[in-house]
Amino acid sequence: MKGMSTIVKTTANISFPFILIYGLYLIAHGHLTPGGGFQGGAVVASGLVLMLVAYNTEWISKRIKESHLSIFESLGALSFVILAFLGIIFGTAFFSNFLVGTETLFGGIPLNGAADINTGGIIPLMNFAVGLKVIAGLFAIVYIMAHFISKKEEKIA
Amino acid sequence: MNFIDLIMSHAPALLVVIPLLGAFLTPLISKINDKVRNIFVIGILGVTAVFVLLVAQQVLDTGTITYVFGSSLQTVQNNTVIRILFEIDALSIFMALVSIILAFVASIYSWGFLEKETGQDKYYTLLLLMTAGMLGMVLTGDLFNFFVFIEITSIASAALIAFWTNKAKAVEAGFKYIFISTIGALFILFAIALLYGQYNALNIAKLADSITFTYLDKIALIIFISALAMKGGIVPMHMWLPDAYGRAPAPISLVLVGATQASIYGVFRVLFTLYGNVIHLPKISFGWILVLLGLITMIVGVIMAMIQTDFKRLIAYGAVAELGYIFLGVGTGLTIIANPDIGISSAPFAVEAMKGSIFHIINDALDVGLLFMVAGAVYYATKETSLNNLGGLARNMKYTTIFFIIGLLAISGIPPMNGFASKLLIYESTYQLNPIISIIAILSSIMLLAVFVKIFQSVFLGPKLKKFDDVKEVPKSMLIAMGIIASIIIFFGLFPDLIITNLVEPAVNALIHPENYLQWLTGGL
Amino acid sequence: MIANIPYVAVAVLIIIGLYTVIFRKNLIKMLIGITIIQSGVNLFLVSLGYREGGIAPIFTSVPNTDSAMMYPVPQALTLTSIVIGVAVLALMLSFIVHMYRHTKSLDVRQFGGDDQ
Repeated sequence: MKGMSTIVKTTANISFPFILIYGLYLIAHGHLTPGGGFQGGAVVASGLVLMLVAYNTEWISKRIKESHLSIFESLGALSFVILAFLGIIFGTAFFSNFLVGTETLFGGIPLNGAADINTGGIIPLMNFAVGLKVIAGLFAIVYIMAHFISKKEEKIA
Repeated sequence: MNFIDLIMSHAPALLVVIPLLGAFLTPLISKINDKVRNIFVIGILGVTAVFVLLVAQQVLDTGTITYVFGSSLQTVQNNTVIRILFEIDALSIFMALVSIILAFVASIYSWGFLEKETGQDKYYTLLLLMTAGMLGMVLTGDLFNFFVFIEITSIASAALIAFWTNKAKAVEAGFKYIFISTIGALFILFAIALLYGQYNALNIAKLADSITFTYLDKIALIIFISALAMKGGIVPMHMWLPDAYGRAPAPISLVLVGATQASIYGVFRVLFTLYGNVIHLPKISFGWILVLLGLITMIVGVIMAMIQTDFKRLIAYGAVAELGYIFLGVGTGLTIIANPDIGISSAPFAVEAMKGSIFHIINDALDVGLLFMVAGAVYYATKETSLNNLGGLARNMKYTTIFFIIGLLAISGIPPMNGFASKLLIYESTYQLNPIISIIAILSSIMLLAVFVKIFQSVFLGPKLKKFDDVKEVPKSMLIAMGIIASIIIFFGLFPDLIITNLVEPAVNALIHPENYLQWLTGGL
Repeated sequence: MIANIPYVAVAVLIIIGLYTVIFRKNLIKMLIGITIIQSGVNLFLVSLGYREGGIAPIFTSVPNTDSAMMYPVPQALTLTSIVIGVAVLALMLSFIVHMYRHTKSLDVRQFGGDDQ
């Protein structure tokens, strides 16, 4: 689809890093404040769609290819399932939180009201995996639709 | 041995997670080679089938298994159940067996059927996702988890129905399916919220223990039965079924039968287990409602099948008629069970009717599946679907003709195929409830036989047409898939007693006695 | 009486959504009707967690008063339902784009069955 005017392009350039940081903040602090994998991923995907709408489709398609999006999506989903599988080997059942309570990375016991990013167990890691998958998935949907619409007058049987 | 015990104790979760893991690995593996990906998909489904058989043996030996996600500690704290639970009893593992047989055969069939098509890696990913959704639907013991797996199965199957996006009709059938499915699923969520708001529990066992039949519970029951029967293809909510089955690729019609029957399992689970303690309270008899719905489905399905001229659409209407038999038998059983005055021991035909129905679930899946595969083979060889343009194919496609004869005999209930055993049980027991029901069932079976003999004569017999001179037999993988199902059909037909005493009777006992489902809750964990 | 307003809003939303799905002939409008039904059911799920005089269920830096917290489980259920709604909406829009390319019209009356 065609791009928009210079004012829109400049405003999108300025606001894109802030949207990105805000979305990553929501993903990373999902176990402390409202947020999490899906919410933060949707915010980052909205920022990417803002860039897609402001510039035209060819400019974006020179920088982000569809096969890269597919690989990111599969990586996010695979790391989520592998983290759940590790619950069997190190913990007691599937999906069990085997990192909380130990003194390693992401261990630590949350005291009353004094939790930080280090006390969640495997929940922050799963938030990152889901966030990666949601970013790649939601942006791929809009990207493919934009490509499909901009192909002109293809002969369909 | 320690490793084997570890794997077996986590087997209920692995049944759902292994197809899920395979679905996420397939886009990466399909970059290597086509053949490696096909072997990988068939391998994943084969491993899942082995696990289903092992868990089935464990359930039939020791009783209901429960598996808690997240920890092995107590799940009941301060009288609330706090984690998600998989609860596998005999009926669940029976439905899981049906689903995994259909998915495994469909993946073998797709190797030959989709050889020259594009977009195959997405097809296999969605097929594995749909299998995970179907298995999760029948194995879970938590209402909201059931809703999530219903949606997973609907989304995956809608995308697969519209696989041939260059044909307008296939995309329209997929849109119709997802539209109606979404409205039904939203109303199921509304009913789940009604139950959750009153009793503060989402676990099926905990809800069954604490349910009283208030006014909101009646509304929730009606919504559950209507929405789940709509996804199960019962008349008058069957409008999506002929389009979806008729325009999807043939292996997808095969797996869709499994998804439809998982929704019918949902109706039974809600009626017999969730409302099991209060099913004798309502003034109207839900058993007679199920019997009436089954009768209407049979009649409408067979009458609409007689006037079709498209091959797969006709088989789809035949599938609708067969689903009516399942409701008929279970409804007959429910009229006796819900009546506290008459006990089961004084009316043994109720248990016989339910046995016939549950046995008919697997027979119907196998028979209709074999017929769909034959239709797919004819389409692959000749690229024609309308019955007016086909003819004289028996000379070129010998094996396909034999498989069609086996499917024809099985779906009409002719010995020695498996349809005879289940239909005889249903005829005998519904006759004792009311003779007219049995007469209508026998008549619709005879009309179905007439319809399929007409197809046989018009497609396979008759003079050889000029344009079909160089039609060859279909590739080997499709023949192997059809052969597996045909041999299971003949085996079930020759030894029905083996299947009924080992697989069907525990399932019927699990339905009739809902207190077995609550044993982990009331007997202490 | 004030506490019943969310449930009245749920009923109004579901009725408006059902009216749009049944009586409108444009495909996009039927899709918006489904979205309105989804909003109604999600609102119903969230408003089940209300407890009298409670504070928001966030664990870090709770104030030192003795009040109860709202029930956090319905919020997780609603989040799952919203995610499913997004996925279904994306799929239905893709189908509509395909159908528009084939038949060049967004009217739902063009889809007749082919039962002879």
